[in-house]
Amino acid sequence: MPFWRRESAIPYLLLLPALAIMALVVAFPLIFSLYTSFTGYRLVRPDSLYDWVGLRNYSRILQDYDFWVAFGRTVLFLTVVLNVEFLLGLGIALLINRITWGQRTLRTIMMFPMMFSPILVGFQFKFMFNDNIGIVNNALQSLGLSDGAIAWLVDGKLAFFSIAFAEVWMSTSVFAILLLAGLFAMPRDPLEAAKVDGCNAWQTFRHITLPFLMPFAYIAMAIRSLDVARAYDIVTVMTDGGPAGRTELLWTLIARVGYDNSRMGLANAMAYVSTILSILFTWYFYRKLVAARRYMGGAQ
Amino acid sequence: MAEITLDKVVKKYGGLDVVHGIDLQIAHEEFVVLVGPSGCGKSTTLRMIAGLEDISGGLVKIGDRVVNDLPPRKRNISMVFQNYALYPHMNVRENLGFGLKIAGEATASIVKRVDEAAEILGLTPLLDRTPAELSGGQRQRVAMGRAIVRRPDVFLFDEPLSNLDAKLRGQMRAEIKKLHQKVRTTVVYVTHDQVEAMTLADRIVVMRDGRIEQVGSPMDVFNHPRTTFVATFIGSPPMNLLPATISGGAVRLADGTAVPIPDRLSDRVHEGRRVTLGIRPDDISPVGHGLSQDGPGAEVEMEVELAEPLGMESLIYTRLAGQEVQAKLYGPRLVQPGERLSFRMALDRAHLFDAETGRSVRED
Repeated sequence: MPFWRRESAIPYLLLLPALAIMALVVAFPLIFSLYTSFTGYRLVRPDSLYDWVGLRNYSRILQDYDFWVAFGRTVLFLTVVLNVEFLLGLGIALLINRITWGQRTLRTIMMFPMMFSPILVGFQFKFMFNDNIGIVNNALQSLGLSDGAIAWLVDGKLAFFSIAFAEVWMSTSVFAILLLAGLFAMPRDPLEAAKVDGCNAWQTFRHITLPFLMPFAYIAMAIRSLDVARAYDIVTVMTDGGPAGRTELLWTLIARVGYDNSRMGLANAMAYVSTILSILFTWYFYRKLVAARRYMGGAQ
Repeated sequence: MAEITLDKVVKKYGGLDVVHGIDLQIAHEEFVVLVGPSGCGKSTTLRMIAGLEDISGGLVKIGDRVVNDLPPRKRNISMVFQNYALYPHMNVRENLGFGLKIAGEATASIVKRVDEAAEILGLTPLLDRTPAELSGGQRQRVAMGRAIVRRPDVFLFDEPLSNLDAKLRGQMRAEIKKLHQKVRTTVVYVTHDQVEAMTLADRIVVMRDGRIEQVGSPMDVFNHPRTTFVATFIGSPPMNLLPATISGGAVRLADGTAVPIPDRLSDRVHEGRRVTLGIRPDDISPVGHGLSQDGPGAEVEMEVELAEPLGMESLIYTRLAGQEVQAKLYGPRLVQPGERLSFRMALDRAHLFDAETGRSVRED
């Protein structure tokens, strides 16, 4: 009897469609893109797909100043955005946790920014930070805080700040929601024990509440680090990586190399190096999460 | 010195009164147990002493200080919670030392005092474990260690044993008693378990519906309950209560059974008064199988409805004047349901309560 007619083959046969689809939509593109990163593939010359160049793309990246600047800027962007979102989200969660009336409504309102497309958020902030007609400059001038037009989206540092601001505005509620869930799950007894043990409000927060919330913060950070590391849409809309590459992040750079310059082989090599960054961040937060959960598990 | 004084202490939640003006004096080094059914206000009272609940009225004093408006950390108390309330992210050593660290103690002194407390409670081998790695009894010991390490003026215990299984509860009860003998501090202990109250307390405070029902030593409360509530709450199985009338110089039950009036109460009742006869199961036994064979008593014949053998004794459920009555049989003899036996009621420890107010006639 052939293998595929035996009873022991049934599980494999039943799994086959799923495996085939997985191969088609995940494995094949992955392997194909990995392969192209070893070729001089250009979108405008299809036959260059067979132009094997070994590690040349990777060695070129190692010496590419622009790439490493974008890499460093992305790490900085991640660090700034995640920390600001964490602090703001924590503050919002603590405030909402104290509300006794209208809490549900407020929780819903808090999530509004997450409901907009990042592209629209980008357009909105592009308008707000516009140096001529933007509402930010208008407000600053009306209040007498500034007399000239501040070039929010032109100056490299200010543009970086503006994009980070938009990103934080859009996604702080991810932290707020998860930390609020943590606060709801928090047992009241250790807080009371801490009060009796002599803690004032700040010490109680610092030594009891915060350690309890950290696993929730790490979950939010793991999710958001993947999100922010692939930031593309907001940046493209607000500055398109410019002016003169001053807000170029990894993915805007990769898209430019791949599509505008049509050097897909090099772009794929860059994408693989960037993925390592994402994996590192996620792995770091996941390890923190596991460590934090070890003592929380079943303690109460 | 840490006496605790409660002076007309009131707790209200919105319009709802939970504690109605409690007066209580607790002496230095005294072990006082607040006992009562759930919802009687005992935990709320304890939490007001701790400073975890606002006081709606009256005064709470610890020593000479009125502490009404002091936060818990300024009252020099420590508390053991029902759910242990350990800090889950700290190991046992850190849990024990946390209060001292917050108080700014020197590290060397913290180490010394934590080691001492761990020694007293047998926690030394567990110092590096986290609460998640401990059993219920061990967690309870850590919670107690955390309380003693700070050398407070007052220990507060909020149902500390109710999450433990019966055997462990017995062991921990003994440990708490020993601990108190060792560290001699004022203790206020809340429980709904009358056995804990009886065994631990210097003085028992029986509470009901936000009021103090009776205060006294365990034996005093057991032997001289002031109300039918205390009579049935303290002692297990609970005291039998039978409605009766004083008639013809005897206590006459609903079905006409006449029981002599106990001598010590005879001048407290008058003809025609409606009363409740209270008599503990230990004082009703089949003839020849009771604790006391002499002294004043009455014999009645009753039918056994159910018998629960407990080894040395059997608990017998029977019926008298339409009321379920529990009796005890001492000595080895199996009793079958349906058997009719002659029971002797020993009356030297019987009680009479006013039928209207439920108060002991001795209180008149």
